Amino acid sequence: MKILVTVKRVSDPEAKLKIKPDGSWIQTEGVKFVVNPFDEIAVEEALRIKEKQTGEVVVVSIGEKVVTEQMRAALAMGADRGIFVNYTGSYDSYDVANILQKVVEQEKPDIIILGKQAVDDDMGAAGFMLAELLGYPQAAFASKVEISDDKKKAKVTREIDGGLEVKEVELPCVITADLRLNTPRYASLPNIMKAKQKPVKEVTVDALGAAVKPRVTVKKLTEPPKRKGGVKVESVQDLVTKLKNEAKVI
Amino acid sequence: MGNVIILCEHKNGDLVKQSLSAIKAGIDTAKATSGKSFLLLIGSGIDKAKEAASRFGADGVITVEDASLAGYTAEAYAIAAFEAVKSQSAGLVLATTSAFSKDLLPRLAVKLKAGMVSDILSIKTDGGKISGFTRAMWAGSMVADVEVSGDTIVATVRGTAFAHAEAVSAASPVTPVSVKIDQGALKAKSLEIIEHKSTRPQLADASVVISGGRGLKGPEGFKTIEQLADLFGAAIGASRAAVDAGWVPNDLQVGQTGKIVAPNLYIAIGISGAIQHLAGMKDSKTIVAINKDPDAPIFQIADYGLVADFAKAVPELVEEIKKVK
Repeated sequence: MKILVTVKRVSDPEAKLKIKPDGSWIQTEGVKFVVNPFDEIAVEEALRIKEKQTGEVVVVSIGEKVVTEQMRAALAMGADRGIFVNYTGSYDSYDVANILQKVVEQEKPDIIILGKQAVDDDMGAAGFMLAELLGYPQAAFASKVEISDDKKKAKVTREIDGGLEVKEVELPCVITADLRLNTPRYASLPNIMKAKQKPVKEVTVDALGAAVKPRVTVKKLTEPPKRKGGVKVESVQDLVTKLKNEAKVI
Repeated sequence: MGNVIILCEHKNGDLVKQSLSAIKAGIDTAKATSGKSFLLLIGSGIDKAKEAASRFGADGVITVEDASLAGYTAEAYAIAAFEAVKSQSAGLVLATTSAFSKDLLPRLAVKLKAGMVSDILSIKTDGGKISGFTRAMWAGSMVADVEVSGDTIVATVRGTAFAHAEAVSAASPVTPVSVKIDQGALKAKSLEIIEHKSTRPQLADASVVISGGRGLKGPEGFKTIEQLADLFGAAIGASRAAVDAGWVPNDLQVGQTGKIVAPNLYIAIGISGAIQHLAGMKDSKTIVAINKDPDAPIFQIADYGLVADFAKAVPELVEEIKKVK
């Protein structure tokens, strides 16, 4: 069974971010970058499926050369090889789906797993756009994935508003990973060393034949107004008095 | 600029209240761009939702009804939505952000070859045209001005960022669109919905939300804060830590990757206040934080902070509120 997983390089969710003086983007100097936490869960799930079914886990990353750092992190977790799509321009979710479609057509994986969203742009659209482009079924926000014995179907429990849904999809399919799917493993030091030797194929968008022409562009970033808080009350009675007389919510 | 189609959600036959935000955003945008607004309902057994949807002053309601659409799958609903959108030369397709719209709209966007933006905070119009959108990025630490090119734009709308549409007396005409769904070609089916049963209001609808976090130490802690929720008829929310620990169901998570809420009163109990949690509640009107740790970041944004152990403070709070309520 071949599983394709996407890995996006994102700023550390704990990082304090600042906007560039021209407002065009965040300042990246001195900011730590990590694997998108949801993609880490996706990699872990791919590894667990492989460990049960045998097969191969292939990692895809798109961007400038630096994104291979995060790809190596996924290889250190246990993925077998990487595909690095070298692209330095800007792109939107649709472009990512277009690029991944070409990679899928070459690699023909049985399952494609992505994080349910990237924690930088919070767009959460590329996976389902990819499924539509490929004509594959999708299982969004997965919290449990079971592959059928004949390896033709996946039964996916997914997190929806008001509860859970169990959805059955035929393979090949696209799955997006939610928080409760698994707890990603740590890469051991020997595996981090081994990951340096694992094969990574570099391709360009042109060589793939993918169309990249962002429909969605960020024009300017601003910081939202800061909320003024910080008032402490001395006691429960004090709190109730303020809620009644000041905030008028009781 | 074409027309605006607002995809509405329904549950057990009723129009879902959160859809009212997208309806308001869509009708207003249609007016500002001299287009028409159409509410779209897809499913089976949706007469009540249809009736409700026809009361918001939209130019029309489009329905795609078929027995094959009784159970939701993104695969089938994308086909149905595409047929409906094509019937009206839509320039903008909107739905309120939810598990349903996040799953469905990207597929629809590809069918329409349209750019898509998620969870928008505002729609800007200039000279009768849509000029852009704003949306949050990096867990709400930044707001981005975004432009989208192309003849059609697909967007999900953050429920808390738009007012709810209000009912008017005149009824919008209802136009059915028929669609043929080849079930076999979908390669997907819904086997089961496991509903998290609760008598409390939905997080997104509640005017008071009482949330608990790691500091509650276990599911018993949530029992304690439920007494407080009972007083207000409040929804219960939770931080990611409490959900990950399995103390409460997943759909109670408030934050960047869970629900975004903006109630009249938000009481955070035993929640330290990571930026990912704040992203889901910082637009609440009044925020109260109760936490043992005086340095917890939640206090920086709380209107009223009480440094106390919840196990002692919450029962006391219940008694004090009963006295004055």
